[in-house]
Amino acid sequence: MDLAAITAFLVEEGRLIDERRLDEWLALYTEETSYWLPIKPDQTSPHDHISLVYDDRMLLELRVQRLQRPDMHAQTPVSRTFHMIGNVTAEAAADGTVAVHSKQVVGEYRSNRQRIHLATMVHVLVPAGPSYRIRSKRVDLLNCDADHDGIVILF
Amino acid sequence: MIQAPIPDAAALRALVQPSRVHRSVYSDPALFELEMQRLWGRAWLFVAHDSQLKKPGDFITTRLAREPVIVVRQDDGSVKVLINRCTHRGALVCAEECGNAKRFVCCYHGWAFRPNGDLIGVPVPDGYEKGFDARKARDLGLAEVARVASYRGFVFASLSPTGPSLEDHLGYIRTSIDDLVDRAPDGEVEIAGGVFKHTYDGNWKLTIENHIDTVHPRFVHASSVAVANAQTVDPHTDGAGDIGRRQMRQNGMPPDIWEKLGVWTTGRGHVFMGDYHDDKKLVTANADPVNAEYRRRLAVRVGEERMQKILSVQRFNTIIYPNVSFMSQFGQFRVVHPISVDRTAVFAYVFRFKGAPDEMFRRSIAFANVVNGTGSLVLTDDLETYGRVQAGLGAQGSEWVDLSRGADRDVVDQPGVNRGATGTSEIGMRHQLSAWVDYMTAEG
Repeated sequence: MDLAAITAFLVEEGRLIDERRLDEWLALYTEETSYWLPIKPDQTSPHDHISLVYDDRMLLELRVQRLQRPDMHAQTPVSRTFHMIGNVTAEAAADGTVAVHSKQVVGEYRSNRQRIHLATMVHVLVPAGPSYRIRSKRVDLLNCDADHDGIVILF
Repeated sequence: MIQAPIPDAAALRALVQPSRVHRSVYSDPALFELEMQRLWGRAWLFVAHDSQLKKPGDFITTRLAREPVIVVRQDDGSVKVLINRCTHRGALVCAEECGNAKRFVCCYHGWAFRPNGDLIGVPVPDGYEKGFDARKARDLGLAEVARVASYRGFVFASLSPTGPSLEDHLGYIRTSIDDLVDRAPDGEVEIAGGVFKHTYDGNWKLTIENHIDTVHPRFVHASSVAVANAQTVDPHTDGAGDIGRRQMRQNGMPPDIWEKLGVWTTGRGHVFMGDYHDDKKLVTANADPVNAEYRRRLAVRVGEERMQKILSVQRFNTIIYPNVSFMSQFGQFRVVHPISVDRTAVFAYVFRFKGAPDEMFRRSIAFANVVNGTGSLVLTDDLETYGRVQAGLGAQGSEWVDLSRGADRDVVDQPGVNRGATGTSEIGMRHQLSAWVDYMTAEG
């Protein structure tokens, strides 16, 4: 397990969002993936409790496709985003997956307003050729249970 | 600071005309202040559900209009709503969102209050005059909100000591609460699975108008409708996506479906709209195994005939004016909290039908995420739209908001209940605004 390669993978993932290469971003995810932003700290279930976002592959594809439509009002104009990634650690599991923990600062700028999201992320990666794909991603926002304006960007 | 004079009743009435409303009703900070006194300071407002206050001492903190309050279960089973403000120097006496308390102790000087509001402890009493104990008992308990009443577990409070009873206030719209509660196989519903707290840069009325606006979905939600319809090969779903995609597609129903819907007004600003789902997984009248099991359990309690009657009620959103918007089938319940004239918070809860299959609740959770969620593919475009409406209503060059769709064609459905001439009538908004005038111009 090469921590530098894993870190580079996360940096590349963030770059794809920031450069709005969203189809390439989606291609990093496995066919049975999940993408989850819990609404409370230590939330254990995305099915028995609401979430800021809980997407299975079906919803994640719709999310990504919608972000590329000109009639998505909440992205007219589009947000600029900014991913800064640190504190990356990785732990291999017996089934060959790798659980990657990171701290991320995700900035968002739109319509004269800047928002800063602070996130602890857990990616579960599966090896795929020379790189990885994302089997699941959990994004715990520091202020997950606060009042929020709508959240539309990718994390 | 120069204060504008408070508009008299005639001036307030002039703002709401039969088919149009003046933009200041949404944008004038002085009118907002007046609303807080005359409308939100008088109306019955939803504050809590019984399931949040199961045993004596159980409490939640929330806001009633802009008042911070503690809603707390008493030893005798009743509910009190106390102003969350220490009677000494004014600090909040409770900073928790919910919990169970034997007493509320102020952080500042340690004054302690019973869950019924009585002041029971003042540390270092030596500095007070003789007779302080009597004053303590008489005058220094936590202030209590004037009126509290409940209907089938839904607790409402009014800051005004006078006004119609809750029963009279609800009138016919209570049948929407019946629709929600009657659907539970065990005869009870409970708040479960967390709360969304979303905010937007717009007036509070925009939410309760939008929730009975049957024209907007095809336009506001065009992007989610388009991608949901275009997804012809099914990617993997664990169930969440399936529920979400069905709802998104439903928002794209053709105009004739929307025209066939009903929109009903029932007095005092309350409104409900008919359901627009013909999708067999979103309605309970179908052979889906989860729904079949649910229907079986409901019929065990109430009998087959009554079960059919309960499930034949087809309502989508109900507005209990001014602070509640809910829909029964998926137990979605939204409470509106005005912050300022152009800023609003909406808290969205999910009700679980006690006795129903767990999978049904999971569908309600999936539905909530997609429809009411902070990161929803649907709601986020509503929030964007509210912000644009609010920004536009600041324009001085164009003074009126047009609400003439279906005007002069309302149909009397039964005494006190009117129906829009078509499913896309703006009758609901007009009705809410007529209630606004009534509250704003009432004497006393």
